[in-house]
Parts: sequence; C-alpha cells; structure tokens
Amino acid sequence: MFRAALKSLLGRKVRLVMSTFAIVLGVAFVAGSLIFSDTLSRSFTALFSSTVGDVVVRPDSATPPRGGFSSLTVPASVVDDLAALPGVARVDGNVNALGVYVVGEDQKVIGGLGPPALGGNFTTAPSAAGTGLELLDGVEPQGVDEVVLDDRTAEKAGYEIGDTVPLLTPRGASRLAPTLVGIVGFPDGGSLNGATLALFDTTTAQELFLDGDDAFSDIWVTAEDGVSQDELADTVNEALPDDVVAVTGDTAADESADDLLEAVSFITTFLLIFAGISLVVGSFLIVNTFSILVAQRSRELALLRALGASKRQVIRSVQLEAFVLGVLGSTIGMGLGVLLAMALRVLFAQFGLDLSGQPLVFGTRTVLASYAVGVLVTMAAAWLPARRTARISPVQAMRDDVALTETSIQQRFWRGLALGVLGLVVLALGLFSDLPYGGQMTGAGILFVLLAVAAMSPVISRPFLSGARALYTRLFGPIGNLAGQNSLRNPRRTTATASALMIGLTLACTMAIVGDSAKASVDASVSENFVGDYVVSNVFGGEFNATVADEMAQVPGVGQVIRERFQFVERDGEPQGVVATDPATIDGLQLDLVDGAAADLRDGTVLLDESFAEGEGLTVGDTLDVTVPTGKKSWEVVGVYAENPVIFSPVLTTLTTFVDAGFEPADNALIVFAEPGAADLQAGLDEVIADLPIVTVKDQAAFAQERREPIDQFVLIIFALLGLALIIAVLGIVNTLALSVIERTREIGLLRAIGVSRAQLRWMITLESVVISVLGAVLGVVLGVGFGIALMYAVRDEGLEVISVPFGQLGVFLALSVVIGMLAAILPARRAARLDVLRAISTE
Amino acid sequence: MTDAPPVAGPVERVAAARVENLTKTYGEGDAMVRALDGVTLDLYAGEFTAVMGPSGSGKSTLMHCCAALDSASSGSVLIGEQRLDDLGDKALTRLRRDEIGFVFQSFNLIPTLTAAENILLPLSIAGRKPEPGWYDEVVATVGLGDRLGHKPNELSGGQQQRVAVARALVSRPRIVFADEPTGNLDSRSGAEVLELLRSSVRDHGQTVVMVTHDPIAAAYTDRVVFLADGRVVNELRGPDREQVIEIMTRMSDPGA
Repeated sequence: MFRAALKSLLGRKVRLVMSTFAIVLGVAFVAGSLIFSDTLSRSFTALFSSTVGDVVVRPDSATPPRGGFSSLTVPASVVDDLAALPGVARVDGNVNALGVYVVGEDQKVIGGLGPPALGGNFTTAPSAAGTGLELLDGVEPQGVDEVVLDDRTAEKAGYEIGDTVPLLTPRGASRLAPTLVGIVGFPDGGSLNGATLALFDTTTAQELFLDGDDAFSDIWVTAEDGVSQDELADTVNEALPDDVVAVTGDTAADESADDLLEAVSFITTFLLIFAGISLVVGSFLIVNTFSILVAQRSRELALLRALGASKRQVIRSVQLEAFVLGVLGSTIGMGLGVLLAMALRVLFAQFGLDLSGQPLVFGTRTVLASYAVGVLVTMAAAWLPARRTARISPVQAMRDDVALTETSIQQRFWRGLALGVLGLVVLALGLFSDLPYGGQMTGAGILFVLLAVAAMSPVISRPFLSGARALYTRLFGPIGNLAGQNSLRNPRRTTATASALMIGLTLACTMAIVGDSAKASVDASVSENFVGDYVVSNVFGGEFNATVADEMAQVPGVGQVIRERFQFVERDGEPQGVVATDPATIDGLQLDLVDGAAADLRDGTVLLDESFAEGEGLTVGDTLDVTVPTGKKSWEVVGVYAENPVIFSPVLTTLTTFVDAGFEPADNALIVFAEPGAADLQAGLDEVIADLPIVTVKDQAAFAQERREPIDQFVLIIFALLGLALIIAVLGIVNTLALSVIERTREIGLLRAIGVSRAQLRWMITLESVVISVLGAVLGVVLGVGFGIALMYAVRDEGLEVISVPFGQLGVFLALSVVIGMLAAILPARRAARLDVLRAISTE
Repeated sequence: MTDAPPVAGPVERVAAARVENLTKTYGEGDAMVRALDGVTLDLYAGEFTAVMGPSGSGKSTLMHCCAALDSASSGSVLIGEQRLDDLGDKALTRLRRDEIGFVFQSFNLIPTLTAAENILLPLSIAGRKPEPGWYDEVVATVGLGDRLGHKPNELSGGQQQRVAVARALVSRPRIVFADEPTGNLDSRSGAEVLELLRSSVRDHGQTVVMVTHDPIAAAYTDRVVFLADGRVVNELRGPDREQVIEIMTRMSDPGA
C-alpha cells in the first residue's frame, strides 16, 4: 500500500513540485525569521557581554534616560579608591557619549538610524567575556587631534590610519577633525551591529563629552584570578559612596541586552507574523492541491478499495503522501530560509543594523519549528481530502466519472458565518476594549474573519462568479461563457484559490489605509503645528549641538530662534514626555494661557496643557512630582495653557530645569522666525549647518515630506514582505489551473476537435484565471478597507486622527489582480494549447 | 453524365473526401508499426459509409487522418477540394470547425454547457448563427424536447449521444465522422442514434462516415469499407447484417 502511494506520488512530478513549493515557501519564511531573530539576539548578547567589565560601577541614577546615557558621572577619585581593594586586578574609568557621528569620505554620516553613534575614551580594560575590543592596528590616541575608530566604521567611512576623520559631537565644539591613529575591533571578528565608535584618550574624552569634569560615565573593575563577579561586586559596593553602585558584568550585560532585544523584538514579532501569514496562505494552496490531487486519483483509490484496501489504508496512503511532501518541503524550505535570513540581514543593514560579521545562528528550535510547521500543516491540509477519499465506494471504480461527495457548501457557509461573527467580536474586543492582549486579539479576530470569509466564499462568491460569466459571455461570446462556466463548475476550488490572494490583498489594503492615514495625519499635524518659518531638526530624530541655535540667531534676517528639547521623566512609574524651552523666547510659541501666566515660567516650574491638567486634577500652585536622573523633583505648576500644537508634550518647562535634571544640554528642534520682510533664509541657515550632515533646515512643505518618508518606507517594507504571500497566491492559481487543465484533458481535446483554436483555448484559460484573481482581489480589497478603517478608528486617539482611504492605490491593486491572473494563466494555458488533440480525446 | 444510362446504371458520385495512397507508421526500425499501408479511398457525398475491420486494422487511424485530427506519414487526404497535407494547426482547426462534424464514442459533450449550448458550440465559436429553421429542425429530429436546457449529467447516455449528433449536424458540415457512436449505448439507444444519422443522410443529403465493429450498426449504412492490416480489403454496397457478418468472419479467419 505504501509502495502504491509512493509510486503514485512519483508518477506526478509536476503536481509534486507544485504542492511542495507551497510548503517550501511557508517553511522558508518561518525558518528565515527564526534564523534571523536568533542571529540578532545572539549578536546582541555577544556584543554586550564583550562590552562590560567584570564589575561595572555606575551612578545610582534614579532613572536613566531612555536609550541614552545620563549626564551623571562617577567621580574619578573612585578609581583610585577601588584599585586598593583586595581581589581587584585593575580599575578603568570609561567615558561614554551618544551622538558622536563619524562623517565619511563622501560627507555622509556613517550609520545613524537605529544603532547608536558612540563616543568615549580608549582603555585597554579587558571585558568580562574576555573577548572585548582590542587595538587591532595603530596606536592609542593622544590629545584632541588623535582618534581611534572601530574597524567597520573606518572601513565604511573609507578611512585609513593617518587620514583626517570629521566628527560631529553633541557638546562643546560641534565639529572635530582628528587624525585616525588606531583601529579597534573584536579580534574574533564580532561586530558592533552597526554602531559606530570613536575613541579619544581619557582626558580629551572628559573634555569633549563631560565638560572637562574629572569623572567617568562608569568604571570597569577587573577581578583577580579566582575572584568571582559576585564577590568582587560585594567588595566594591562596600567601598563606594552612596550615589554610586556596582553591578556584576553579567547583570549589566543582561540589562543592556534585554533592553535592546526588547527594543528590536518587534522585528522578530513582525517577521513571525509574516511567516504566519505565508503559512496560512500556503495551507490554502496545500489544501486545494490535495483536494484536486485526490479528486483526480479518486478512480485509482476506488480501484484500490475494490482490490481490498481498507478505508484506513486509503486515508493512510493520502496521509503518507502528505507526510513525504511535508518532509521534503520543510527540508528545502529550511535551505531557502537560510537564504532568506541572509537577504534579511542585507535588508536590515540598509537601515543600519549591521549583522554582517555575525554568523547565522541555525538553532535546534528552527529545525523543529520548520519540520513541525511544514509536516503538520501539510498533513492537516491533506486530512480533509483524505477523509473524503475514504467515502469513495469500491463500485465507483467501475464507473466512468467518479463524483466525490463534498460536504454541503451550505453547511460550510453557516460554520463560516459563526466563525466570522466570533472573529468580529474578538476583533472588536481587541480594538475597542481595554482587555489585555488587545494586539493578539486583533490579530486573531482578523484571522478568524479571513478564514470565515474563505469558508463562506463558495456561497458569497456565487453572484460574483455568475455575474462574471454573464459579462464574459457578453464580451467574449462562447469562449467567455466556457471560461465563466469553468469557474462556476467547482466554486469551492475557485474560491479557495482566490482566498489565498484575498488574504494577501486584505493585508496589503489594510496597510495601504494605515499608511495613507498615517501620512494624512502627519500632514494635518504639521500644518497645525508649524509655527515660525523654518524647523531645524536632526535627521535621525535625536539631539544636536546647542551651538547651532546660537549661530543661527546670528544669520541676517533671523528674528528669533526657539529651542525645543524632549525628554521622558518618570511619573508614578510611567514615562511622561516633557518639553523644555528657553523662557526668554516663550512668546514665540504663542501660548494661550487659561490660568496663570507664561511669564511666570521659571526654573523648576512647569506649564501644563489644559486637558492634561484637568485629567490629572492639577491647577496653578500644585506640584508635579517626577523622577529624573538626578533624583525626585517637585515642579510647581505656574500656568495652564489651551491645547497648543507646537508643544509636543503636555508638560513644558525650562532648559535649565532639564540641565538640573541630568539631561544632556543638546537641542532636539529649533523653530526659526524670520524678521518681517526678510528674504529667503534657507541659504543662510543651511550655511550654518553645512558641516553638520545630521541637521537639516526645513520649511513647512519639506518638513511634512520628511515626516512622511519613514511611513512610506515602512509601508514599502510591508508590501515587499506581503509580496511573498502574493507569490504563494499566484502559485496557487497556477497550480489550480494547471491541475484542472490536466483534469479536463479530454474536454480540452473535444473542444479542439470541434474547432476551438489554440488561441481561443489560451484565452479561455486566461479568462478563467482572471476571474479567480479578481475575485480574490475584490474580497481582499473589501475586507482590507474594513480592517483598515476599523484599525484606524481604534487608534484615533493616538495621534492618527485622519482616516484616509487611498482609492488610487486600491484601484491599482484591482488592476494588478487582472495582470496577476493573466500571468498565472500563461503556463497552464500553454500547456492546454499544446495538448495533442487525438491523445487528449483518448485520455482516460 | 449525359452518357449515363437512364436507369439503374452506375451512379456518378461526387467525393466529399478522398484518401490517396495514405500511409501511417508508428515507431522506427524493427519496432515500426504500419497502421495504414497505402489506403486509397473516396468517401462519397450524400452517403452513409461505414468503415469496419478487426482491431488493429487501422480503421480508427484512417478516420482520425480524414478528420484532420492526425497527420499521415505519406499520401494525401482531401476534404472537398482542400488538401490537408500541408495545412497548419490554424487552418486544420478552422477546417474541423467549419467542414467537419464529430461524434465520439464517449465524452462527447462539454459538461458545463446545456444541451442547447453544446449543440450550438461549433457555430458560436465560429461566430456564426444557425440557419433559421435548420436548428429547430435538427433539434426536433433529435427529439430532446424540453431537455435542451439540461446539462449533460442530467441526460441519459442515449440522449447525450443524440445531442452530440445534433451538434455535428447543426453547422451543416461537408462531412460528419462518427467513431463507434453506439459503442457505449444499449441497443435501443444505439438504434435511435443510428436512425438519426441515417435520416440525416436520407433527408438532408448529409455525408456521414462511421467507424464501427458492430454489424448491426453497419447495416444502417449505404456502403461498408473493410480494412485489414492497414489496407482496404473489401467493400459492400447496400449491406445487410448477414453479409457484413460473413465478410467479417472470413477476414478474421486467415485460412479463408
């Protein structure tokens, strides 16, 4: 029996390849996602364990700023105190700074988005992992004119030892031009994952990044042999002053890695979601393929039954076929997954996350998941047709046409409807309730609705298919009629094939609406928020040197320059955004005070947004209690202003308050006002930042454009990933058509015999294919618009107030589906047209 | 024609299709099989001709070559004045559509189309309308009545075959080829189909060529051509069942 199953499997190579391909693609996506995320997390874990000492001594910051270093330091005297302790081999002070950008030979900033641009001091301290950064080439830096870069940054920037390296710094002098004297790197070939590193000698680093204080950002304490991290940390802690703590290297590495992995976990989640999507789409293809295969083999299976095979044996033979295909597909899929992971590595390198030095991590989890997914999905997909197989009675083998009993389409419709209602409820709960796991519920709801529509589609698509047939008959005569009839012949198969495309397009449409709405919201917010004439900002969204504002104020024609800085403080354990500006220029913000006075804003006081103040029950005279890097603060409320779009957070304070709180004195945005009657200032302002490639001056239109670009990029990435689901869907159509051409060989022969030309036959198959793809597209667009609007409605309170439907884009999707249909038909149509008439008629 | 005797002389016949020295071989060298070995034959207009012979005699191959479904290795086939030898697929397709009608042994109809749609299919793919009255007449002869709107799977085997005959007749082709049209039918349904073919020849002058191995079916025809080993070996005009059986028996007995 097994032999018969295997033989029949090998006897159908084309079908074998087709159905295996679906599994391969689905598994490839799962494997690729897992390999990439394993590589990602391994690289960060490795990176952080090689960038901590045995024990790290750091300021006991109440709350470190999100994603950066606080301006708090450890006094340099601590180094000497610790060096005398027992068990301590050596003590090294480190200076760390963010926003130290290396400018390449082509005047472009290296890295930038994502991974940090780090600056600091050069030390030879060994890391806890023993595989820390080492000087690979050149010498240690001395003085402000000498710098050391990490190997990858130097390579990307195109600098060799002896070259001058332009550097941008967040504090003090905004631009430096030291000579490259050395290269550091991991001797075993690890990388900083795209971060850039510029190191000076300790005194210079303190001068540049710590305003010249004789202090360190943190201190590495290296243990003598035989002393554990924990023992050393205990010893060190006893000797430390109150505002400084020591933690073991492992703890520090884990903290940093956890933070970062959490920050990049969305990538993994994101990829796995797409893996899931391609699997769902893929299983449609597999189910469909197996249904057709079993239908075609029904006579053969019935014959086996007649020869004495039991029902169970017949089911097993189908299941065995599925198992073999599953194993085969999973194996090839894993191979393809490795390639996909490599492609992802290249893709993410474009965004600065450079993992090129990291070997791909091929974990057991990946292998298990790939086989589990590939084999289980295939076997589950084959289960339905296998069960149907068993209902073939032996006597049917003798008959000419074997009709498989299909479960009632009506029954399927009602089940689908029930699932759809459930899906909508779950979706609504996910979107509009405050229950936990809202995101997961939304996803599950969408999946349920998609599956429900797929289940109901044979019924709900009937009017569409009948309409298409009528239209085809009108437009294309009998050939159109034949094509329309063919799509109606087995509505289950037609709609299952269309469903695969539907899922891909549903998600694409949802994303198109989300993207378009986000862009419309950006436009709306920019046109409301934009005061002044120009906005100066960091292209990477971070901070830039405070001297820029001073220089811009000197440009002829500039009336006023308003600084804005953003930071998060902690309030009741939750992050709270705060904006700081110079009280001297507060008039420029055109605040509308409902209580108190803007002029009362002094250091240590705040102005509050009206609705925020109301919601928190705060009025003038109350205090806002927050925790900042330098400790707990109570800021007095001196005024309440009506909602003002210029202030991006509901709390407004002064620049000095920020400095006292321990935040870096660097600006996030400048609003430049022209003097009345002044000419175009763009050129003058651009000159100020000519040597600062990270800072841009933009008028309103350019600013809006800049804000829209990342959204476009994001949507493009998603489209690219959905493209994969689309490929699977197209393959599904090809598969269905090819199989039905094989199935209808005799009919095609008959058509040819009575005078249907090859061209007409190709046209018939093409029309059939277009019906399927357009059906999928129509369902997809309708569902996608529904989901998109629901999603946008649910997040309307989070700064995305505008719901915009990109009708043009949706039209393109529909037009594209016609093209997809025509493309998918090419091979099956050619196959049909090439059939030898005589042989086709006499086919069994 | 003017010289022709006034009565009962040899009738001057016009060939609807001619086969000249037709050879068809399969395979190469030692494995070569000669399905047709120099067949020369005229198929006369307005006649019902049966082609008979034991299995392997080449009768189906002959019909397929005549019907532009298969190409010969050498020799010629003419449908009317049209020589088929050098025609491309397009021309052959058009010829099948416009000049030839088909009735096969089984699977004759497109399952998605109704009986009426099936009948009109060759005309509609040619973009032609049936001659007024002719369609009604054909349909009336076929005797399907109210079942014209039914799909093939709702019709009996005999009804399906009569629909197939109607389809072959409705475009008034030069020649209708029927390949064992009664092979899958019970004797009564078979008789109905044969009577239908017979009457199309008698009443409308249709040319019909039928491949069969059934002496009863052959008895409906005007002329029986016997094939053996790829050659025409005998011919019978106005056959009856006994004559046909006798010749067939003689053919299958090599000693005779």
